[in-house]
Amino acid sequence: MHNPQLNNKGELTHLLSTEGLPAAILTQILDTAASFMEVSSRDVKKVPLLRGKSVFNLFFENSTRTRTTFEIAAKRLSADVINLDITRSSTAKGETLLDTIDNLCAMDANLFVVRHASSGAPYLIAEHLHKIGRDDIHVVNAGDGRHAHPTQGLLDMYTIRHYKKDFTQLRVAIVGDILHSRVARSDIHALTTLGVPEVRAIGPETLLPKYLDKLGVHVYHDMAEGLRDCDVVIMLRLQNERMNGALLPSAGEYFRHYGLTPHMLAMAKPDAIVMHPGPMNRGVEIHSAVADGPQAVILPQVTFGIAVRMAVMSIVAGN
Amino acid sequence: MTLLPDSLPDAEAQCLQLAEAIRPSLSKNPALVGIFSGGVWIAERLRALLGLSDDIGMIDVSFYRDDFAEKGLHPQCRPTTIPFDVQDRHIILVDDVLYTGRTTRAAINELFDYGRPASVQLAVLADRGGRELPIDKSFPAWDVTLAEGANLVLERNPQGLLAWRLENA
Repeated sequence: MHNPQLNNKGELTHLLSTEGLPAAILTQILDTAASFMEVSSRDVKKVPLLRGKSVFNLFFENSTRTRTTFEIAAKRLSADVINLDITRSSTAKGETLLDTIDNLCAMDANLFVVRHASSGAPYLIAEHLHKIGRDDIHVVNAGDGRHAHPTQGLLDMYTIRHYKKDFTQLRVAIVGDILHSRVARSDIHALTTLGVPEVRAIGPETLLPKYLDKLGVHVYHDMAEGLRDCDVVIMLRLQNERMNGALLPSAGEYFRHYGLTPHMLAMAKPDAIVMHPGPMNRGVEIHSAVADGPQAVILPQVTFGIAVRMAVMSIVAGN
Repeated sequence: MTLLPDSLPDAEAQCLQLAEAIRPSLSKNPALVGIFSGGVWIAERLRALLGLSDDIGMIDVSFYRDDFAEKGLHPQCRPTTIPFDVQDRHIILVDDVLYTGRTTRAAINELFDYGRPASVQLAVLADRGGRELPIDKSFPAWDVTLAEGANLVLERNPQGLLAWRLENA
């Protein structure tokens, strides 16, 4: 099947999803990110790879951390970064997504970083670029609807590899609202491709999608049981808006069952790491003693995220 | 005259000669920086032969190459590490083969992102001519002419010994 992320030589030309990417490409991104980690520790935190290139940040949905880390990553590659304020732009005046893209192409864009509330929007843009013969312009998905958030998935993989070295011996638990989480989906595909033998999903039935067994994921509704002997615990943010719906009774009730407390974390291996894509809701999905504790690697995740985004942008821009 | 695979010189002996050529410069307390991968092996050898105390630096020029637009990012890049302060230091860049000079240019650029060295010299085992930039070696080397499409590759065997191999396109 045609994979819109790869060019005819099988090289990564857009990053749209971790799904369908071969292990070799995932590993290439992680290895390249390791080299960029070194760049970020220098006095001059810049390399000339994307000098003269224009990176457009198109965030149709709010985000501070992801947009900022993409901006830092692009600047450390020496690219020019243009942040579009979509809420005040012509999209708000009724321009279609693809008309916006055509206009930005006319401004000599080289790379689009796209976040959109609709699943598939970055695919639509990538297909459109191909159709108008602009295969020299690249798309990086910064989160689309409930579908995918591949750079978050990759930075999670980088974090796991950094602390645990070998994927093939690990038990990884993802806890929380997996149904609405594009991070969880991107993590699950990447973990499976990189050879993690046991991926667990922990959460209430209302927040776990039905397709998990098909992906080989083990489902747990009991937090203590699900965390037992895990090497990695990935907490997900509980989106407040879910609370108002029928999916959950209350934040307090949720925390009692699925909040990561020191007591709960003790079920995992003593050297287990705790990850969270941010922003955290302390006292809703994670206890402050865990979030600030020695097993949390939540801030290193942010630092690794810059190097991973540098790797992704420089790889796609070169293919 | 075309170089033949069985007439390749001993790379280990060339390392000894190069070390002796560098030795008079030791009074300046130089630091060695090898360019991946052959240059790193040679720099390690030179460091031992010359009894230098600083660990060697290692440069992967992937992020500084001038052919990124044509070739993209090299699929296997390794982290550059410079374990000493470059500022005001005498640096000897080490590579296996000097050819167009473009790799050397990229390495010098990268080095300057770590600081302003007092001086930069270039030590190589082989010089195959064909320069495209005003760059030259600072110490004598094996001057070799290769047939069109041929390539000279330095290899390290499991025992850690360096040897040349001739690749023909």
